[in-house]
Amino acid sequence: MSPARRAVVLVALGLGVLAVAAFPWVAGNYPVKLLQEILIWGIFAMSLDLLMGYAGMVSFGHSAFFGIGGYVAALALKQSAGVVSALVLPALASGLAALVIGFFSIRVGGVYFIMLTLAFSQMFHAYTFQVAWLGAEDGLVGIPRPTVAGVSLATTRSFHLYLLVLAGLAALALWRIVRSPFGHVLRGIRENEARMEAVGYAVGRYKLLAFTVAGTLAGLAGALYAQFNGSITPDAFFWTTSGEALLMVIIGGVGTLGGAVLGAAAFILLQSLVSTYTERWMLILGLTFVGFVLFAPGGIVGALRGRLGLRA
Amino acid sequence: MSAAPGAPLLSIDKLARSFGALSAVAGVSLAVGRAERRAVIGPNGAGKTTLFNLITGQLAPSGGRVVFDGVPVTGLAPHAVARRGISRSFQRNNLFPGLTVLESLRLAAAADGRGSYRLFGDVARLRAPLDRARETAAAVGLADRIDAPAGALSYGEQRQLEVGIALATRPKLLLLDEPTAGMSPEETDRMTRLLVGLPREVTLLIIEHDMDVVASLADRVTVLHYGEVLLEGSFAEVKADPRVYEVYLGSA
Amino acid sequence: MAFAPDFFAQALNGLAYGVLLFLLSVGLTLIFGMLDVVNLAHGSFYMLGAYAGLTLIGATGSFWIALLLAPLLVGGIGALLERVCLRPLYGRPPLDQVLLTFGFIYLFEDLVKWIWGGRIRSIPPPDLFKGSVTLFGATIPSYRLFVIAFGLAVAVLLWLLIERTRLGAIIRAGVFDAEMTAGLGINIHRVFTAVFAFGAALGGLSGVIAGPIQSAYPAMGAGILIPALIVVVVGGLGSLKGSLAGSLIIGQAETFGKAWLPDSAMLIIYVVMALVVLLRPQGLFGRPLK
Repeated sequence: MSPARRAVVLVALGLGVLAVAAFPWVAGNYPVKLLQEILIWGIFAMSLDLLMGYAGMVSFGHSAFFGIGGYVAALALKQSAGVVSALVLPALASGLAALVIGFFSIRVGGVYFIMLTLAFSQMFHAYTFQVAWLGAEDGLVGIPRPTVAGVSLATTRSFHLYLLVLAGLAALALWRIVRSPFGHVLRGIRENEARMEAVGYAVGRYKLLAFTVAGTLAGLAGALYAQFNGSITPDAFFWTTSGEALLMVIIGGVGTLGGAVLGAAAFILLQSLVSTYTERWMLILGLTFVGFVLFAPGGIVGALRGRLGLRA
Repeated sequence: MSAAPGAPLLSIDKLARSFGALSAVAGVSLAVGRAERRAVIGPNGAGKTTLFNLITGQLAPSGGRVVFDGVPVTGLAPHAVARRGISRSFQRNNLFPGLTVLESLRLAAAADGRGSYRLFGDVARLRAPLDRARETAAAVGLADRIDAPAGALSYGEQRQLEVGIALATRPKLLLLDEPTAGMSPEETDRMTRLLVGLPREVTLLIIEHDMDVVASLADRVTVLHYGEVLLEGSFAEVKADPRVYEVYLGSA
Repeated sequence: MAFAPDFFAQALNGLAYGVLLFLLSVGLTLIFGMLDVVNLAHGSFYMLGAYAGLTLIGATGSFWIALLLAPLLVGGIGALLERVCLRPLYGRPPLDQVLLTFGFIYLFEDLVKWIWGGRIRSIPPPDLFKGSVTLFGATIPSYRLFVIAFGLAVAVLLWLLIERTRLGAIIRAGVFDAEMTAGLGINIHRVFTAVFAFGAALGGLSGVIAGPIQSAYPAMGAGILIPALIVVVVGGLGSLKGSLAGSLIIGQAETFGKAWLPDSAMLIIYVVMALVVLLRPQGLFGRPLK
C-alpha cells in the first residue's frame, strides 16, 4: 500500500474510532445499543473469519464458544464482579473448550468437521436447555456489569468505552496474527492443505492453534454479550447463532477481517430495519445468505475492492 | 544419525500396496545412492506414482520398508517424511493458487518450523526463508515472475513453480513426478536444463515418460511394470533391452 | 413383569423413529456420496413433506393420496433447488455449496411459518390405522406398526433399485467416482439432479409418514437434521446399509435415552457420534478414508 493511501486509511480509521467512541454523547439509547451489539458481534464474526477466511476451516458450531463465554461470565460475575470474572475466566473456559473440541474435530476435517462442530454446539444447547442450575430455558438473568480498575461499568457511557477498547484490542490482535508467520501458514493451509503437509508443515497443529484462538475470542464476545444484555440464554448455543455469524462473515467478505465487522453492522442494522416492517426476518436472512453465496462470494469488501481496483 | 557414506541414501525393500484385489505396487526393492540421479520409467499403471506416494507417506504401504539416510520412514505422515529431507513434486500441478511465486516458495522454505508458530511478529522479518525463496526462484527460472500469482503463470511456469516448491525445502532427496508433463518442446528443454543444473547435493528420483529427458539426466534407470521392478541399469543398457519395448508397446 | 410391555412399546417406538431417520438419512447419504454436498437443508425436505401431507390430506381427505403426492412435490422442489442454485456452484469450493444449503434452512422454515402459521398442526393417521393393537401386554398405535412395515418395505425396494437395476449401478458408480462415471458418457448433471430430487423425495416421504406421529411444526426440520447427520456419520457416508444400521441404532438410542435418562439422552448420542468419528471415521459401512 502506498504511503499516501496508508495515511488516508489511518486517518479514516482514527475518525471512525472517535465517532464510535463519542456516540453515547450524541445519540439516543437505541442507536447506542445497536452500535454496542455491532461491536460485540463484530468480535464474534472476526474470530470466525480467522477460522474460515484464513485457515479455511468452516465451523458450524462456533456458537459453542460464544455460549460458554457467556455462561461462564454470568456465573462468575454473580460471584464477583471484576475483570477476572468478566474477561479472564470466560476466555480461559472457551479457550479450553476450543482446545478439546478442536482436538476431536480437526482430526477428521472436511465434512466431518462441519458435522462434529455442529453436533458439539447442539450438545451444549441441549444441556443448558435442560438443567435447572443454569436456568434451563430461561437462562441466567440479573448479570451485573463488572467494575474495572475501580470504575463501575454500569453506566452506558463507561460500558461503551470498555466495549470499544476491547473490540479494538481484539481487532488489533487478529490483524497482527494474520500478518504473522503463523498467519501466513494458515493462508497456505487454506490455499492447499495437502501441499503444506507434503512440504513439511504439521497442518493439524496449526489448525488446532487457530481454532483455539478463534474459540477464545468468540468466548470473549459471548462474555461481553452477557454483560451487555444482563442475561444469557441457551439460544446463545443454538445453531442459528453460528448461522448469523456465518452470514456476517459472508456478507462482509470472507478472509478480510474488516469485512466481518462490516457484515456485523450490515446484519444488525438490516435486522433492526426489517423487523419494524415485517415478521419475515428469517426469510430475508435466508434470501440474503443464498444471494451472497451465489452472486457475491467476495462480500461487501470484495465488491468494494473490485470498484477501487485494489489487489486482493 | 545418517547412513554410512557408501550406503544408499534411499533404500526400499519389498514395498507393496494393494487396493482390494489390485496390486498397484507388488514388492518393489531399489536403492538410490547419494548424489545419484535415478529415473523411474514404465508404462501407465506400472505403479510409479503409487511408489512415490508410498515413499512420501501419502499412502500407507501394505508391506515392505523404506529406509532413508539410515532411518526407517515407512508409513510416516507426509509432513514427517518431508522433515526428514524427502521432498516431492506432483504429476498434476499442486500449487497455492492465490499466492505469488515468492509467497509460495517462502512458505516451503520456512517449513522447518522455526518461527512459524509465532502469532505476532512480522513475516517479512524472517530473512532466511525469504532469501532461500529468492534463490530457489532463480534456480527454477522464475526470478522475473516472482511477484506473479500462481494462477497468472503459464503452464510451463507453473510446472517450474511446482518443482520450485519442492526444491525450496532444501531436501536431501527430491522426488519429481513427470516434471515435464504436458510441456511444449521448448518448455521441456528449459526444464531439462534446470534439472541438470541442480546441485549434486540434491539426490534425484524422477518419474519420466520423455526419454530425451531421461537420457540427459539419469545416471541409472529403473523400469517398473505391473508394480514390480522389471530391470535396472544405465540408460544405454535399458534402452538396448528388448523387454522394455515389449512392455511399452503393449503386449502387456 | 410390568417392565416388559413398556420395554416392548419403547422398542417399537424406537423402531418407528428409526424408520423415519432411515428414510431421511438415505437421501442425505446418497446426496453426499454422489454430489459431495452436505445438504444441511435436508431437514427442510422432511418438514416440507409433513406440511405437504397436511395440506393434501386436508384437500383430498385421503392419507394415501398424500403419501403418494407429497414426496413427488418435495422431490420437485429438490430438483429445482439443485438445478437453479446448486449446479452453478459445482466448480466452486465445496464449502460454498454447504453454505448455500444452510441458507435454505432459514428460507424454508420461515416460508412454512408464513404459509401455515407457526402453531403445531396435528395430522390424523389414515382410517385404516387409527386404532391400537395389543401386543405382549403393550398397547401400541397400529399406525406405528404400519410405519415400521412400510419402512422395511421401502428399504427392500431401495436395495433392489440400487443393487439390481442399471440406474442403481449408475448411482453406485457415481457415488464411488463421479468424474469417472461422467467419463463413461453418462450425463452426470442429469444424474445429480435426479439423485438430489430422489433424496429430497425420500426426505419428504419421511415427513409425510412422520406427520401423524410428530405433528407438523416449522422447527421440525432443524430438529431432525442433527440426528440424521449423526446417523449418516455412524452408518458411513454414502452407504445405504449404513443408513439402515445407523438409523436403527440411533433410533433406539434416542428413544430409550429420552425415556430412561431424559436429561442426558442427546448428550449420550453426541458422545457416541464423537467416538465414532474418532475411532472409525468411515462409520460402520462407509468407505475407508485413506
